[in-house]
Amino acid sequence: MAENLIKPENLVYEKTNAMTDRVLHYCPGCGHGTAHRMLAEAIEELEIQGETIGIAPVGCSVLAYYYFDVDMTEAAHGRAPAVATGIKRVMPEKYVFTYQGDGDLAAIGTAETIHACNRGENFLIVFINNGIYGMTGGQMAPTTLENMKSTTSPRGRDIKTMGSPLKISELVAELPGTYYVARHSVHTPANVRKTKRAFKKAFQYQKDNKGTCLIEVVSNCPSNWKMTPVESNKWMEENMFPYYPLGDIKVPQ
Amino acid sequence: MKELRLMKGNEAFAEAAIRAGTDAYFGYPITPQSEVIEYLMAQNPEERTGMAVLQAESEIAAINMIYGAAGCGKKAMTSSSSPGISLKQEGLSYIAGAELPCVVLNVVRGGPGLGTIQPSQSDYFQAVKGGGHGDYKLIVLAPATVQETVDFVKLAFDLAFKYRNPVMILSDGIIGQMMEKVELFEQIPRSDEEYDWATQGKKPGKDHTIITSLQLKPEEQEKVNLRLQAKYREVEKNEVLYESYNTEDADYLFVAFGSCGRITQKAMEMARKKGYKVGQIRPKTLYPFPVEVINKLSDQVKGILTVEMNAGQMVEDVRLAVDGKTPVEYFGRYGGMIPSPDEILNAFEQKFIGGK
Amino acid sequence: MAKKGDVVIQIEKCKGCEICLASCPQSVLGMSDKVNSKGFKYAVKVNSACTGCANCAVICPDAAITVYREK
Ligand SMILES: Cc1ncc(C[n+]2csc(CCOP(=O)(O)OP(=O)(O)O)c2C)c(N)n1
Ligand code: SF4
Ligand code: SF4
Repeated sequence: MAENLIKPENLVYEKTNAMTDRVLHYCPGCGHGTAHRMLAEAIEELEIQGETIGIAPVGCSVLAYYYFDVDMTEAAHGRAPAVATGIKRVMPEKYVFTYQGDGDLAAIGTAETIHACNRGENFLIVFINNGIYGMTGGQMAPTTLENMKSTTSPRGRDIKTMGSPLKISELVAELPGTYYVARHSVHTPANVRKTKRAFKKAFQYQKDNKGTCLIEVVSNCPSNWKMTPVESNKWMEENMFPYYPLGDIKVPQ
Repeated sequence: MKELRLMKGNEAFAEAAIRAGTDAYFGYPITPQSEVIEYLMAQNPEERTGMAVLQAESEIAAINMIYGAAGCGKKAMTSSSSPGISLKQEGLSYIAGAELPCVVLNVVRGGPGLGTIQPSQSDYFQAVKGGGHGDYKLIVLAPATVQETVDFVKLAFDLAFKYRNPVMILSDGIIGQMMEKVELFEQIPRSDEEYDWATQGKKPGKDHTIITSLQLKPEEQEKVNLRLQAKYREVEKNEVLYESYNTEDADYLFVAFGSCGRITQKAMEMARKKGYKVGQIRPKTLYPFPVEVINKLSDQVKGILTVEMNAGQMVEDVRLAVDGKTPVEYFGRYGGMIPSPDEILNAFEQKFIGGK
Repeated sequence: MAKKGDVVIQIEKCKGCEICLASCPQSVLGMSDKVNSKGFKYAVKVNSACTGCANCAVICPDAAITVYREK
């Protein structure tokens, strides 16, 4: 075998210092870990680790505060945008982000989400849309697709009685308070890199007091979708992306 | 400079909030306390002291904004009235669990449900027993005058930061709406103090700060509960406040708090004129409750009458304090009705004198 | 010719999700026969075609992969 390449000067990629060394509690192949890392890399590259305050939701990412090596607060279910508002109003010079699942952001916390966006609160909302309640074991989420099975829609989501999957990103993009709204994914290396660029842009806009930025990450939940991680990513491409198309939803004029 | 003014209770509270160096107020309108946020907005405290004031989309949002601001080590407060305070219970439980300081004013109105906008003390249980889910306590202050409302704002923040615990000022529509002469304390500057428990940005070489009320392991959660209980025992030891009147020679004792305490005082004076040696305890802290003094006095008196603007809530705590040593009776009006001194005196005579 | 690269996989961090396998344009990665202390099969190098593109490390949800590339 040729020369040993494993030396510090050849290093091209390692875990960012804006994440702690704790082992993530997420299921194998779950997009939460990748989304965390991209957000942390954005923070490290912008050199704002000491000036960032994050808010973890209630959901699978409730323990996100262990993984981001920045000051973190854990909010009640759905209340992260209100908590972020409280933080940002007393520490306007800090960078603030919330990290929320679809149940947290688009069901129990809908009012907090919409009003924070409507006020144009200067923080970043990271919205992980996996179409299901992961933490509580696979119940229907506001974003669960039509006919998609969950433990509370065992015959598939029936639009007539359960409503349609909610496109909350499109909804908040209508509000004057939002500045930048985009939908990404973390299921291929190229998409992962795009997601990080979106996070970085959002922090930049926050610095310039532009208003609320919401980055949705369409993600997988292999455990509750009852698929292997690789299958879940394929299923996501075929089923989630047609309804939740990736790309910018609202960009600065 | 100290300053004398004639002020409505709610407005005096708001003025005291600005002067106490409060960093943030978040609230949602509800009668009979909307004057608090109206006064704050009119005063433009953003200009006066840099204090943030925001009308939130709901009481749930407001209390969670408080949670965020309090977690930054800032003086944060909110105010509401009964139905709104019910909505704040989730947030209060989280704030108590995460051990953060904050001040909450409840200008109580009658209930249940939408009830009435008239004054009441029917949120006593909710205030002193925790209110939301889980084993926790609020420190509860009960002002009887506009002056006490003002003074308690300062005291409430001192206690909130001393114990890192939410403090509730349990007022009512009478005190909130009435005008009285009040001496305002001097402006206290807002503080930039750094706390190791607060999310103020991770410092180089230090661990990041985490604010949470979650413990997945029961052993860890029990440790949190034990720490909270130890804190509450300290509060009970150190922070009891009450006013006592004519207790030295008393044969009977009235116990009443807040605005009702003032009305009861009048009844006590009338009873004295009729020759009954009645004394009174007016708890100023409802939690911690003045257990010791009431217990001591129950060795001395032939009976205790609690007077409340509710269906009999504090009477339970009085009975616990008395521990069966002397009869404890209750009299009250509710639903927004206010007892008169005559009614109270009547009730006293019927319950304790008439039978003799 | 493409530069040469190498990867180090932290066996104990790997959860065996296999997402990295598909992301590698050179098919460098495969799965172990053995399991780690948590009971997961883990990713291993099966050839030396690595170019140090870091795709696998970028996609790994558990940040289990470190990548090196010749200068
Ligand atoms: C007030 C309240 N209601 C319900 C719950 C239970 N609960 C915890 S997480 C959750 C849903 C989480 O789903 P989502 O936000 O989509 O995040 P995911 O777990 O999928 O990442 C629910 C209903 C709770 N903790 N608090
Ligand atoms: S339950 Fe789903 S969302 Fe939660 S960690 Fe597992 S895969 Fe991820
Ligand atoms: S992506 Fe990471 S966790 Fe998944 S198999 Fe590869 S190295 Fe292991």
